[in-house]
Amino acid sequence: MAQSLAKEFTKGLWAEVPPFRLVLGLCPVLAVTKTVENGIGMGIATTFVLVFSNLLVSLLRNVIPSKVRIACYIVIIATFVTIVEFLTQAFAYPLFLALGIFIPLIVVNCVVLGRAEAFASKNTPLMSIADGLGIGIGFTLSLAALAAVREFLGAGTITIWGGTPVFEMGSSFHPFTFMVEAPGAFVALGLMLAVMNLIPSK
Amino acid sequence: MEYFEIFIAGVFINNILLAQFLGNCPFLGTSKKMETAVGMSMAVVFVLVMAGMITWVVDTYLLKQLGVEYLRTVSFILVIASLVQFVEMFLKKSIPALYAGLGIFLPLITTNCAVMGACLINISKEYSFMKALVSSFAFAVGFGIALILFAGLRERINLGRVPKPLQDTSIGLVAAGIIALTFMSFKGMV
Repeated sequence: MAQSLAKEFTKGLWAEVPPFRLVLGLCPVLAVTKTVENGIGMGIATTFVLVFSNLLVSLLRNVIPSKVRIACYIVIIATFVTIVEFLTQAFAYPLFLALGIFIPLIVVNCVVLGRAEAFASKNTPLMSIADGLGIGIGFTLSLAALAAVREFLGAGTITIWGGTPVFEMGSSFHPFTFMVEAPGAFVALGLMLAVMNLIPSK
Repeated sequence: MEYFEIFIAGVFINNILLAQFLGNCPFLGTSKKMETAVGMSMAVVFVLVMAGMITWVVDTYLLKQLGVEYLRTVSFILVIASLVQFVEMFLKKSIPALYAGLGIFLPLITTNCAVMGACLINISKEYSFMKALVSSFAFAVGFGIALILFAGLRERINLGRVPKPLQDTSIGLVAAGIIALTFMSFKGMV
């Protein structure tokens, strides 16, 4: 039992890490990775929704009729997204402003619906929590990694929490502003994907 | 004139795919063939314009009147999901070839953040009904233009010899970055 729980948890960290292996949920990955701080914040918000929607879907898996399951999943996910919206507004207001419409848009993140449909609807609640937590942390780490590359090259800083950079390049560093603009996001993600393809998933 | 500005800004400057990063899953998923790209664009134009109108009405006359704006996320997604179901039934009956071509991507419009995102942007900018309509249409056209351009490019890329790790999505994203770069030059037009 503990072994299979660990297996479900760790697969999200490497073998099935959402943006790179499954190529799902790319919109927030591209949009909020201007700074590491926003990337981590988005990752945590998504993880919260993933874990709780997985848990509820799994608990209700024998109750929800299969014909209307997608609609039910979406309502469940939307409920938790609304809760996250309230929580960030109350406790992390700068993050709420920085992420903007991407918080309500977690509801249409294919990773969340994908896990509900592919995993939580067929597995026990405990397994579903492990799966949601693993995929969520994998998602957060990928966002942080991409954001670190973009922020470092594009602004010469690394900001992890609270708005003040933990690392700053000297004044002789000329930031490569392209990386924090829209096109840089696509190019950086494309190249990171290529690097991930070089390393086998198992 | 104001409407024209909204239209140009929606199509080129704030292009929903390349500047706002919304709707990337269908962008990468349906752009391998020109045919599916055109079909997807048409489906998005139809769904987005309808969704833009309906969500505006729901927000103004229902949520704001009752003071329950926090239900916006839930109600919008329900409107969009039922709309997509309707379009699916319509296409299945009247244009089965297109229905078969779109395959899984038609139900996936429900989770296409371009649709939901455009509706939320319209609301957050506090547009009037007509402005919301023009802006939704502009976003949808911008989505279509970007998707069709990208599909053309991708068909060409597939003919070339791409290094193995870069194949498929990876080189696609880099190409999308270059298209986004050209779209950046529209900044300052309005």
